[in-house]
Amino acid sequence: MSDLISAEKKKILVCCGTGCVANGSIKVYEEFIRHLSGLSDAAAVEAVVKSTGCNGLCERGPIVKIQPDDISYFKVRIEDVPEIIEKSVLDTKVVDRLLYHDNTTGKSFRSHKDTDFYKGQYKIALRNIGEIDPGNIDDYIVRGGYSALKKALFQLSPEEIIGIIKKSGLRGRGGAGFPTGMKWEECKNSEGSPKYVICNGDEGDPGAFMDRSIMEGDPNSIIEGMTVCAHAVGAEEGYIYIRDEYGLALKNMSAAIREAEKHGFLGEDILGSGMIFRINIVRGGGAFVCGESTALMASIEGKVGEPRAKYIHSTKKGLWGKPTVLNNVETWANIPEIINKGWEWFNSIGAEHGKGTKVFSLVGKVKNTGLVEVPLGTTLRELIMNIGGGIIGDRKFKAVQTGGPSGGCIPEKHLDLEVDFHSLESVGSMMGSGGMIVMDDRTCMVEVAKYYIKFLSEESCGKCIPCREGLRQMLNVLQGITRGEGKESDINLLLELGEMMKEASLCALGKTAPNPVITTIRYFMDEYLEHILNKNCPAGVCKPLTMFEIDEDLCRGCGICKKSCPADAIRGQLKAPHSIDVSRCIRCGSCIDICSFKAIHTARGAEK
Amino acid sequence: MYNFYDIVNKYERDRKHILAMLQDIQREYNHIPREAMNVLSEQLDVPLCKLYGIATFYKSLSLRPKGRNIIKVCDGTACHIRSSQLIMDELEKLLGIKPGETSRDGEFTLETVNCLGSCAIAPVMVINETYYGKVTPAKLRDIIKECGGKDNE
Repeated sequence: MSDLISAEKKKILVCCGTGCVANGSIKVYEEFIRHLSGLSDAAAVEAVVKSTGCNGLCERGPIVKIQPDDISYFKVRIEDVPEIIEKSVLDTKVVDRLLYHDNTTGKSFRSHKDTDFYKGQYKIALRNIGEIDPGNIDDYIVRGGYSALKKALFQLSPEEIIGIIKKSGLRGRGGAGFPTGMKWEECKNSEGSPKYVICNGDEGDPGAFMDRSIMEGDPNSIIEGMTVCAHAVGAEEGYIYIRDEYGLALKNMSAAIREAEKHGFLGEDILGSGMIFRINIVRGGGAFVCGESTALMASIEGKVGEPRAKYIHSTKKGLWGKPTVLNNVETWANIPEIINKGWEWFNSIGAEHGKGTKVFSLVGKVKNTGLVEVPLGTTLRELIMNIGGGIIGDRKFKAVQTGGPSGGCIPEKHLDLEVDFHSLESVGSMMGSGGMIVMDDRTCMVEVAKYYIKFLSEESCGKCIPCREGLRQMLNVLQGITRGEGKESDINLLLELGEMMKEASLCALGKTAPNPVITTIRYFMDEYLEHILNKNCPAGVCKPLTMFEIDEDLCRGCGICKKSCPADAIRGQLKAPHSIDVSRCIRCGSCIDICSFKAIHTARGAEK
Repeated sequence: MYNFYDIVNKYERDRKHILAMLQDIQREYNHIPREAMNVLSEQLDVPLCKLYGIATFYKSLSLRPKGRNIIKVCDGTACHIRSSQLIMDELEKLLGIKPGETSRDGEFTLETVNCLGSCAIAPVMVINETYYGKVTPAKLRDIIKECGGKDNE
């Protein structure tokens, strides 16, 4: 444990999550190392540079934190490194321009923890991410890692562990929300051996990336959670199924498993207790349906990933027909904390219909995009308007899409809804895996519905007819509406198809697939009718049904729209009102989004 | 390059590792050659039609060779509502190929992907292993040049 850091030593934590890496954080990390090694100063030796997992606010990456002084820097570039070292590492000053500056008030914050984005958060599943180097198991141990495993092995009986998880009220974080403790109990009581423990890391919902972040940033918490479960249910083998697109997660997870084995937390005779547990990693093949538990197991077995009917629970007959516990990444990451701090603690957090916290990925047309973890029961308004900072360009909020392709679009009138397992279902959506995609008045709800149906029709495995053919027909109808060929009867047809798919599909993919269509019809009927009756797309997205016009009274002739236009369709002299050449316009909407005077608006496309 | 028999043996000729074997072959050869299918079928005693089923079901596997640089444009929801379609349109123009196709010189394959989990920096694209965030049509030309692509225009 030579790598443990003494309290006085300065830590430079460079975020190397996928978002920050895309913004150039690896180069910043290397620059810190290069600079520090070049310093002869004795103080320099006392500083360590660490690359950490995702801090959540990817929007403002690369993020660099200085500990123990608790200084957080955003949008750090290579050129900033010498100044940060000089002022904040060798000294205790701050570099003001790199601090977090509030969008509206301009106020700066020394620690990220005081900003609106982080203030309302409560971290359990994400507790270590951004604070530790995921490649260094000692970092995890210093923060209490593997103490839950020790407690589970030497102080608790399997029954007691299951009792704690049951009483904590923890429900699965992957979408369906099945009570975790009950699942474990069913598996423990099932006849048959061997038993298996699986981690579902096939995060497929577009717009959700908390599982990626946990696998990349805190892989040991997943390993510890799974090992505790293996002890409770009596399993000796486990699998982590990782989505093919997640290269860094695969790398960090594999390295963590090797380290855990070396330290005696995995493998044979774990911590001298005699317990055996091994974890294998399976790379996903790139199929959305494999996120469904039975399809995932089929995929691990080397077969085509098709779901099966679940008359018999996987806890009785799962992987290779043996009793299996399958939980989602985020669920596993919660387990060690619950064992350490007790069920009473976890149960006291959250709402009536959902205990503990949930990680949401707040994305789309919101100012602060990223991962946030809040107690269940937090309102949508708090999430979007306070933590998220409101809508980009202060445009009008239109809807928030939750639950991925199985969820629905929720309009403004339900913004004060407290988010838990029950509430979102009552308005036709679901919490799902926690994706929250914020949409503004420039998002067309018919087009969004079409997007999801297209997505699902490509990802439907094709085994059952209601899902395969139902989606294909829905897509046809929606494509017609967005092209201006819609009929009034289409709306009833869509609803009828939706009912049929809910009733008759084999797995959750098909059963929930109509949700995006049904909710957009329920809350945005006007927009459907506008497309069908007036051949107009008010959001300016469906190209055949829209065009853009410049309001001469509002246009100041600044020329910004002209520069942003990729089609050279805007004409006009500087400081004189501009106009759009309809014949050249490709209807991309770049101009409307960039205009600061709100001088450009959409108009009916059919009139041209 | 190693041979298909080595891959089969690496997994102890165990049928439950078919997907893993195919993924290894995909990684090594950029596609699944017909010959590899024959070897797997014979060695594992699995009908070719079953292997074909698996190879066409999973998106990460391809029966046709892919380009040296694989460009994946994310069309997840967050990227979609932040105009990922414009990025794709521009790339199609720049490279002269459509999604799913490979350029004639074998340099680029263009693909859409459902979500890369980098929604906070949407719209996103990935070339090989490198992520590019907040991509605009204007930035594309430089990014493609960086990868050794010729400017087709």
